[in-house]
Amino acid sequence: MDKKRRSFLKKSAVGASAVAATSMFPSIWIKNSSLAYAAKGEVKVGVLFSLTGTTGIIEESLNKATIMAIEEINDSGGINGMKIVPVVEDPASDPATFAAKARKLVLNDKCVSVFGSYTSASRKAVLPVFEKRENLYWYPTLYEGRECSKNVIYTGAVPNQQQDEFVPWLVEKFGKRWYLIGSNYIYPKEENNYCKKLLEGLGCEVVAEEYVPLGHSEFASVVNKFKSLKPNVIFSTVVGDSVVALHRQYRAGGLDPETMPMASLTTSENEVAAMGGDAAAGHFTSAPYFMVWDSPENQKFVEAYRKRWGEDKVTHFVSEPSYFQVYMFKQAVEKLDPSDIAPDTIREATKGVEMVAPQGPVKIDPATLHTYLWPKIGVCKSDGQFEILQQSSEWLEPVPYKAYPNQQCTEEGLKEV
Amino acid sequence: MDPTAIMSQLITGLSIASILLLVALGLAIIYGSTGVINLAHGEFVMLGAYSAWALQTFFSLNLFQSLFFIFVLTALLGWIIERVVIRHLYARPLDTILATWGIGVISIQAIRLSAGGELRYVEMPSQLASSVSFLGVDVSAFRIFILIFSAALFILTWYLMFKTSFGVKLRAITQNPEVASSFGINSDRIFGLTFAYGAGLAGLAGALISPLKSVYPEMGTPYVIDAFFVVVLGGVESLMGTVFSAIILGELTSFISFQSNDTIAKALVLLAIVILIRFRPQGLFSSKVRG
Repeated sequence: MDKKRRSFLKKSAVGASAVAATSMFPSIWIKNSSLAYAAKGEVKVGVLFSLTGTTGIIEESLNKATIMAIEEINDSGGINGMKIVPVVEDPASDPATFAAKARKLVLNDKCVSVFGSYTSASRKAVLPVFEKRENLYWYPTLYEGRECSKNVIYTGAVPNQQQDEFVPWLVEKFGKRWYLIGSNYIYPKEENNYCKKLLEGLGCEVVAEEYVPLGHSEFASVVNKFKSLKPNVIFSTVVGDSVVALHRQYRAGGLDPETMPMASLTTSENEVAAMGGDAAAGHFTSAPYFMVWDSPENQKFVEAYRKRWGEDKVTHFVSEPSYFQVYMFKQAVEKLDPSDIAPDTIREATKGVEMVAPQGPVKIDPATLHTYLWPKIGVCKSDGQFEILQQSSEWLEPVPYKAYPNQQCTEEGLKEV
Repeated sequence: MDPTAIMSQLITGLSIASILLLVALGLAIIYGSTGVINLAHGEFVMLGAYSAWALQTFFSLNLFQSLFFIFVLTALLGWIIERVVIRHLYARPLDTILATWGIGVISIQAIRLSAGGELRYVEMPSQLASSVSFLGVDVSAFRIFILIFSAALFILTWYLMFKTSFGVKLRAITQNPEVASSFGINSDRIFGLTFAYGAGLAGLAGALISPLKSVYPEMGTPYVIDAFFVVVLGGVESLMGTVFSAIILGELTSFISFQSNDTIAKALVLLAIVILIRFRPQGLFSSKVRG
């Protein structure tokens, strides 16, 4: 109640200042005040993915998927006749630059939404900008959960979506002794927190939990530990270039995925190409999307992507949400009267939006602004592609605080239960 | 720890040490004899790895076939860089840090622009892809190969330094450039060849580790740091010191990471180096080369 009153006061203050502005300044200034979000039959959005720096390569593919979706929408008539105009910025893989560019997109360019970020660090860096300016950020990456912002639409998976079916499946197939290994930062730790909860419920034993430095490439001792502890499953949240070194040294050490497979939430077609099919074959990944997924929507997506950006390009489980979230944005804006288009009205209109994405039908959860997704389990083949073994029987609800039962993300914000 | 685990970690330590030695040897030669702090050393390692990738992708050469070309290629590049940039800076050792760092940045961006920034794949020779039993422990055959190869390279380098006239001249220049040149030694030429040899060794190191590790433009940075640890701990001008410090660091890393994990191992090894340097600033082995 209190919050409502405050936002009412704020709105009327803005209104009052807009009136003041109209009377005090020449008309050119009005453009930036009230009706600016959908002026001249255009809707401006920001596209904030790094094109240079350490994560530049992967984020470039997210930029490409986003741009392609925008072009497709504009070519087929736009949003109620309005064109989407992308403002592309390169934050250079640096969280501080992310924040600066986000501020520019929101304040100077008056974008009504921004699509962006791959790493959690960059999302955390821009979050204050979107919360303070009441704007809307669309985040396509799978991440560690534990966030409940009213200014972010999350279209990637959270831990419960990737693990709820994956972990019991692995336990049944391979056994109860688990080795958890990850890179040393927040994402692997949160995923492992949740994994340990699931394993506890299934009566499993965690024989080791360890974290290696980011960028680590010497896994000789780790491989020895695999050999001496003989786990049934190696649950890996090692990321980036370290994934490649880990797989290659596992293979060179003579270990066998038949009896001791690595199960990963982050190994995609990209990493497999760099480690070689022989080092990747037999290991498992859980994700809502794989490039080989057989559906008319995915076929269309992959074909369009290769036609637009090059025949050798791959689509993966972060570029797919980057693509479909633009269509969700379109659906939300379509519902609005042009004069009502603003970040907060778009957010309200996004709640409950449904569409058929390349991975299957997806929906925005009104309470958490996360997305209902279709997790799949894939095994890597020696040709470097995945074979999909299983898909969940229904779309899985996103529960960003599932590892923390006393906290809950609701429409009113985070609640302690 | 049971005896097999101890044995297995000893061998793992040797394997880590052999990779460290491989990467540090080139740096030790350049730093020890010319006094140039070559911050682009990691980028020579990276260029070696990319050469292996390019020769495999465009000329279908396997790793063994390409080693010779990689050595020649990176050595030539090192020689050119010495001729064009480094030799103007021998009197200004601090400036070499900046110059070589700049060369490193240029190399990274050149690779990014030409070969692309994505991770690259270098195939492991199929004969060495399996694991073998060595002293009762299962070890990767490729790691054994690296161990033997870097030992051989070390012996070759030692022979070059102490048993050939090139080595005598190089050591003479290192001890006293003026006196050496008054005896008719062409220090310009000797330094150029030394730099080329060091760069070639780094290129070989990059090629040899590429099937075990990841190949990407920024891969050199961690290696140059490791190489400096080895050289500084071993004593800057001592070749033997380089070997022993590589073994000490390899075994320390191996045992600590087995007992706890790699993050702790990294921190503790660094701490050990800091403490050792505090009490022996000249490194474990003091110089026999420089007077």
